[in-house]
Amino acid sequence: MAGVQVANVSRSFGAHKALDDVSIDFADGGFYALLGPSGSGKTTLLRQIAGFDFPDSGRIAIGGESVERVPVEKRRIGMVFQNYALFPNMSVADNIAFGLSVRGEPKATIAAEVQRALDLVQLGKLGGRKPHQLSGGQRQRVALARAIVTKPRVLLLDEPLGALDKALRVDMQIELKRIQREIGITTIFVTHDQEEALTMSDRIGILRDGRLVQEGPPEEIYDRPQSEFAATFLGDANIFHGNATGSGIRLPDGTTIAASTGASVPAGAKASCAVRPERIRISPGAAKPDPANVNTLTGQVSKRIFAGNNSTYFVDRFGQTLKVIVQNTGAERLAEGQPVVLSWSPDSTVLIAA
Amino acid sequence: MATTRILEWLGRFYIVLLLGFLYLPIIIMAAMSFNASPFYQLPFEWTTDWYSSLWQNDQLIAATWNSIEIAVITTLISTVLGSMASLALYRYDFRGKKVLQALLFPPIAIPWLITGTAMLIFFFGVGIGRGLVAILLGHVALALPYVIVVVSARLQTFAPELEEAARSLGANQWQVTTRVTLPWIMPGVIAGGLFAFAVSFDQFVVSYFLSTPGQTTLPVEIYAAIRKGFTPEINAVSTIIIVVSMALMLLTARFFKFGGEK
Repeated sequence: MAGVQVANVSRSFGAHKALDDVSIDFADGGFYALLGPSGSGKTTLLRQIAGFDFPDSGRIAIGGESVERVPVEKRRIGMVFQNYALFPNMSVADNIAFGLSVRGEPKATIAAEVQRALDLVQLGKLGGRKPHQLSGGQRQRVALARAIVTKPRVLLLDEPLGALDKALRVDMQIELKRIQREIGITTIFVTHDQEEALTMSDRIGILRDGRLVQEGPPEEIYDRPQSEFAATFLGDANIFHGNATGSGIRLPDGTTIAASTGASVPAGAKASCAVRPERIRISPGAAKPDPANVNTLTGQVSKRIFAGNNSTYFVDRFGQTLKVIVQNTGAERLAEGQPVVLSWSPDSTVLIAA
Repeated sequence: MATTRILEWLGRFYIVLLLGFLYLPIIIMAAMSFNASPFYQLPFEWTTDWYSSLWQNDQLIAATWNSIEIAVITTLISTVLGSMASLALYRYDFRGKKVLQALLFPPIAIPWLITGTAMLIFFFGVGIGRGLVAILLGHVALALPYVIVVVSARLQTFAPELEEAARSLGANQWQVTTRVTLPWIMPGVIAGGLFAFAVSFDQFVVSYFLSTPGQTTLPVEIYAAIRKGFTPEINAVSTIIIVVSMALMLLTARFFKFGGEK
């Protein structure tokens, strides 16, 4: 087991900069998500850490040992592929045994280790099956067992749950997390699913156009995004553009929005504010504003989407559509077309430098 | 209902016709190899004389062994070289790869007569001349493109992540190839090998150009025998070859499902 350090790694394919000076520290035993839209470089970064491809410049270290020029077969990593990549000509047990067998481990050791791995992923009795006789979730487990049975220093997962349906995906998220905790292995997984990143990982790195946009624990990134991209890619956010006032921003129409978290931007400079939809209180136009919620705007409900446990209101204000999510507490529901007051606290407002 | 039954019968009739078209000449030839009359006269009179006299025909037997030997060696060389070439074309990108791939196909379309002439001239030019070695080299050259085409087609269905997965588990290039890639392409390799065997064993034109009177293959020898005067021994040797090669094909088909295998 070991941590992974990526320092100033760049990689270009022709004129396309897939990775541009990326530095990120994966602590020993942590569970990391690399999150980003397609083409953001997250898979390229994973392949550099795995050793399928070498960086043009920069350093990669596993357990303190420089590996940026070491080929994948010598890196002692475990990898789970998007489509599992199980060997179709081998049984489940032989698939799992492969890594031990190419190392020349004795047969008895292999059999015992394979059984342990099968038990760990709760597939104890399926060792004799062929991959095509398994369900998607079972294949996923076999791929995981095969990747960890060799006791790799780090476990890499490339969109591991992408091919599963929603219910199974949630099961596997819990399962994956349990197994990771049980063996305590440093785990890096690539995903474009923000919910998956939020629920599973200890830390998230958000990538965009080959650059690391922000890195930190899920709560920190969600509550204090440092860019509009981070704010809107991880969760939903209402973004206001204006000029910094020192304690918030002033919108072009003169309204001020107070913000007590986020960057410090010199007064007068361009800046924006991000507010999460669930932090905004919505009340009928006539209601008295809550004194704690200093930021107040008026608008009109243009649309309401009822989703059972909550409702999403779209509120039009000077051509901007704001999104507000209200928990279903049994309170009065607002009608489309109704004038409303939106209010929220400066604590829920994140100032972002332009 | 009536139309379905008629269509069904038409379908069966068609299949019988097709099989008859394919196999009737062969069956007649096989039957005649057991007929006493050397001039295909009926009524049919059972004999195995032609097989006994075939056994005495040293020239024909020698040519048969030459053919088998050349076909087996051609199969081995072209299957190994062709599979390796397919793997290289699949795995690596290099300068001139597209040109090389494009150049592999025309030899299949060039008439053998022309290929044979070209080889004869070339082998004389470089001092190899005619004979079994020349025939072998010629057959390997003819069979290689077939093997590469068939194995490459099979490789198209191979998922490159499988090799990556094997490498991530610590397998070196040799282990990746022998334990993951080869098992997957094996049906293609076998099929390519069968093609190579057939191309060599059936080869008349190129062999005819490159053989010398003492060193010849079965098709060339049969042709020479027919020119001298047909004997049912030819039927006998042909029947043996058909039985053996069909048995081989059926055996291979039994063990390897070509095409859509998982």
